[in-house]
Amino acid sequence: MTSPAPEARKAWIATLAKAPPGRLAELMPELPPHDLLRAPEVGAVMVRGRIGGTGAAFNLGEMTVTRCSVRLPSGPVGHAWVQGRDRAHARRAAVIDALMQTEAAPDLAARILAPLRAEAEARRAARAAKAAGTKVEFFTMVRGEDQ
Amino acid sequence: MYVAVKGGERAIDNAHGWLAEERRGDRAVPELTIPQIREQMTLAVNRVMAEGSLYDPDLAALAIKQARGDLIEAIFLIRAYRTTLPRLAGSRPVDTAAMAVDRRISATFKDLPGGQVLGPTFDYTHRLLDFALMAEAEPPTPLPSPRGGGEVPGAAAGQEAPPSPLVEEGWGGGPPRVPHVTGFLNRDGLIEAAPSSGATPPDLTRAPMELPADRALRLQALARGDEGFLLGLAYSTQRGYGRTHAFVGELRIGRVAVEVEIPELGFAVEIGEIELTECETVNQFKGSKTEPPQFTRGYGLVMGQSERKAIAMSLVDRALRWQDLGEDFTGAPAQDEEFVLMHCDNIQATGFLEHIKLPHYVDFQAELELVRRLRAEAETMPEAAE
Repeated sequence: MTSPAPEARKAWIATLAKAPPGRLAELMPELPPHDLLRAPEVGAVMVRGRIGGTGAAFNLGEMTVTRCSVRLPSGPVGHAWVQGRDRAHARRAAVIDALMQTEAAPDLAARILAPLRAEAEARRAARAAKAAGTKVEFFTMVRGEDQ
Repeated sequence: MYVAVKGGERAIDNAHGWLAEERRGDRAVPELTIPQIREQMTLAVNRVMAEGSLYDPDLAALAIKQARGDLIEAIFLIRAYRTTLPRLAGSRPVDTAAMAVDRRISATFKDLPGGQVLGPTFDYTHRLLDFALMAEAEPPTPLPSPRGGGEVPGAAAGQEAPPSPLVEEGWGGGPPRVPHVTGFLNRDGLIEAAPSSGATPPDLTRAPMELPADRALRLQALARGDEGFLLGLAYSTQRGYGRTHAFVGELRIGRVAVEVEIPELGFAVEIGEIELTECETVNQFKGSKTEPPQFTRGYGLVMGQSERKAIAMSLVDRALRWQDLGEDFTGAPAQDEEFVLMHCDNIQATGFLEHIKLPHYVDFQAELELVRRLRAEAETMPEAAE
């Protein structure tokens, strides 16, 4: 069992949380044995914004979230907080978080996290490209006084 | 005195049965699915999420289906559901400068860095009914754009996508950022600053709203307030009832990551992404005893794609700030905090409004007695009245 760098762990937890649940299940259909420390629990997180985008915080409204914590027989503990109400998603993400702290990490990173990241990036890029396609290209008309 | 009245049970059961039948409509027509509503009635879903104050597109779609498309009824269902959820945490404030923008326009600067990005907008449509949408099979609709739109060569194949012209790289390798227009004005000191603070904002879902409310509490109330009510109020300010001379400095729609401090981890992680609409207005301000003449700001932030609501919210936010800015109270409804905040919630409003249709037999009996007695008294004293 290795102790992961917080930055790396932060990144894979985010990737797992933002993954489409169906896709994650496809990439990791079978879960190894594990104990539930906290059974998947659906709740709400209050989302905050900032006044004027940069100012004091205010409460915008809530979003649904599911959290789950597991322990592998070998000891590592995994946590997940994922958007939405998909209990299987939270459980799967927590198990992978735990496995990422074991020697299985390189294999999982390549087999699960890398494709999830590439797909998320492709979705983002496709949307950004569509947005770029609607960018206005102003040009100045020839005005009367110039003639 | 209350008199218990029974006997409505069978009628109520039958009414609910009929309601379910009417909801389903003609069975020869295929039933709507939740994904269909979520994907094709997106803006209705967005409104239910914003005013239901719970971001969950599937639940909002379900509520719309159950409510037969009555959006306020759907919002009611979402509000009722959210009270059953344990509050797990509050997020870090979302960073709208790091938004992946679908749309970003400014009415004040033509050539803003990053450009005017129209996004999937109804603006510039002719508002003519498109009968092609009525045909059973939808015709393919290729994007007319010669560049950028539709398929991105390479993106699907995992190759590097062309860099987006909208963004500049964040410092220290952070997410790409789209700077706010007000930031440019702020550099020159021409607009009031919006300094951050670490204070935990008040929450009207936890403690009853008390007036006067600070701006954070007002914005929470407006963000979940009724779109129609805010639209009417905002329009009234434009027509002269508390005029604030608003320009849309910037309007942006896109997705932001939501980050939450996780106690068991000891650090914050991104737990998901939500779509937001943000509007910042730039308003004329002549200055006061303490402030130099400069532009002031109104702010609107709404869940989902809802720019009408975001613009209305920022106009009403600005109108409510008259006191902070040392302006005159002209008696306009949009300036009246009590009027705005106590009436903008459509669930409170519809609850109180609609309750008067429920039995008030005893109340009314008392009124009836009173009117009869007054009439009897008036009839027995005809001379005295003359």
